[in-house]
Amino acid sequence: MQGKCGLFFTSYRGEAQIFQSGFQKLMVGLFAAVLIAVPLGLDNYLVSVMNLIFIAVIGAVSLNLLTGACGQISLGHGAFIGVGAFAAGQCSLHGVPFPLAILSGGLVTALVGMVFGVPSLRLKGIYLAIATLAAQLVLEFVFLHGGEVTGGSNGLLLDPPQMFGFSFDSEIRMYYLLFAFAALSLLMVSNIMRSKYGRAFVSIRDFYLSAEINGVNLFWYKIIAFGVSSFLAGVAGGLWGHYTGYISGEQFNIGLSITYLAMVVIGGLGSVLGSVFGAVFLTVLPEVLNVLANGLSDYIPAITQRVGAIQHGVFGLVLILFLVYEPEGLAHRWRLIKAYWKLYPFAH
Amino acid sequence: MAYLDVCDVTLTFKGIAALMGVSFTVEQGTIASLIGPNGAGKTSMLNCISGRYIPDGGARGPCSISLDGECLLSLPAHKRTELGLSRTFQNIALFKGLSVLDNLMVGRHGRINYGLLSSIMYWGKTIRAEERHRRRVEDVIDFLNLSPYRHQHAGRLPYGVRKRVELGRALAAEPKLILLDEPMAGMNLEETEDMARYILDIAEEWGVTVLLVEHDMGVVMDISDKVVVIDFGQKIAEGTPDEVQANKDVIAAYLGTEDAAFAGR
Repeated sequence: MQGKCGLFFTSYRGEAQIFQSGFQKLMVGLFAAVLIAVPLGLDNYLVSVMNLIFIAVIGAVSLNLLTGACGQISLGHGAFIGVGAFAAGQCSLHGVPFPLAILSGGLVTALVGMVFGVPSLRLKGIYLAIATLAAQLVLEFVFLHGGEVTGGSNGLLLDPPQMFGFSFDSEIRMYYLLFAFAALSLLMVSNIMRSKYGRAFVSIRDFYLSAEINGVNLFWYKIIAFGVSSFLAGVAGGLWGHYTGYISGEQFNIGLSITYLAMVVIGGLGSVLGSVFGAVFLTVLPEVLNVLANGLSDYIPAITQRVGAIQHGVFGLVLILFLVYEPEGLAHRWRLIKAYWKLYPFAH
Repeated sequence: MAYLDVCDVTLTFKGIAALMGVSFTVEQGTIASLIGPNGAGKTSMLNCISGRYIPDGGARGPCSISLDGECLLSLPAHKRTELGLSRTFQNIALFKGLSVLDNLMVGRHGRINYGLLSSIMYWGKTIRAEERHRRRVEDVIDFLNLSPYRHQHAGRLPYGVRKRVELGRALAAEPKLILLDEPMAGMNLEETEDMARYILDIAEEWGVTVLLVEHDMGVVMDISDKVVVIDFGQKIAEGTPDEVQANKDVIAAYLGTEDAAFAGR
């Protein structure tokens, strides 16, 4: 997609920036300022929705790196998030400081992800999806029967995270912590995407035979894609566990994996911004349905009992509608909207 | 020893022989062409050199392929580019989701040597490396007149331009030997002439040795220093264009023999 009219560069460095024009930088700065200011004026419920969005953003952008950019479909992402949650949770319970616990959660998950990524050397597309589904089921089993490590069906109870004597024990405090982690994850993936590794990932997705001839070691780069993606999934899991204060294996089921896959598809495969859109969309959707159901319960009393079932139905419907009408995702729609306003009020 | 030395290469697929004991050599800085009727084994030969196929026996077999004295057969495909080997494909094999610029940057993949952490941090060292390699890619873009397409996605380009981008990606690796698989296929006269000029310039100005597989005989006979003809997996002639054109076996392979034409009567 071409940049805006009158935007030109005098250095290669300028062209490689994530936000290129001054206007873009201003808007991103304003948006960040709004995000910093906004929780002060919101009630606890809305802040908690924002917190879940931040966690979903990290999970979605990590899956988008693997599935969107590198083309390796993973149905085990929910379980990888679970591995991070349990690993970071165990570290915390053993007295490891919070930042280190999150980091080690990520590293353990990266290792697990790389092991389950090994079949990707031979398996492609739908067959790899089945292999990662096996990873999901194996890990779910481990979560439930992990004894002391995972707490079995009782799960683990965690205290709110503490950093430098400061306790993140309220929604608003967690908000800033999660905001920082989400922003860092987005920066990390954006950086990968504009450098050697990102290009190698996309080349594997688009034409693996010529990627290999061009010097990309297919096996190594697929494993790295699994590793980086799982690392971020583990970070998301660790944060989630510490945020909710309770981890149980049932949270990280196949449904979670599919939700993340749906976020990536709805947002836009291979697009960092799309991951954000998808995460926001699929986190807000059930909450909106809840509010609607509550509003309608005066007229249709039976609806409150069926909210859960309706949510699943709407989720499936939305996914199908997106695949049919917006296969390139919300990121593509966003580009079209920007292109429209760039020329407004003229058509060309 | 010749620059590219292909010696006694045999390639079989479960009993079907694609190549049978083919040997030829290419001297440094020259343009050699590999021709033959459809299905003769030309692309199989390129695939053996570039590492997609492993000839029978591999590095331990009777065959050997060496580039500038270094054995290629013991290396996996992705390592061969580091020895200065690059190629284009008959059916365009560009990365559709990347811009032309990024396609060419992938061509330099083996030469960009920062690690994963540098990639994540995108700090000074990474930025300087990216700039340095971008400069080399821009040289290729200038040479092939690709500047109007620099930021366009490769999947949206017209056919002739895609062929040029693929040549550019192979050139961006700064190869010593470049394998071109039918670079003129499907192009109009003007594009064919441009491509022939580029190939001549690659050999003369860039000093790259070229091994060309092509069906356009006019081009092949005009620009080649040497022509190797294979038919049914066997080499039937090797020599200058004039020698090959006069060779009876070559004429028979392309036009058939009188006896064969009347054999059924």
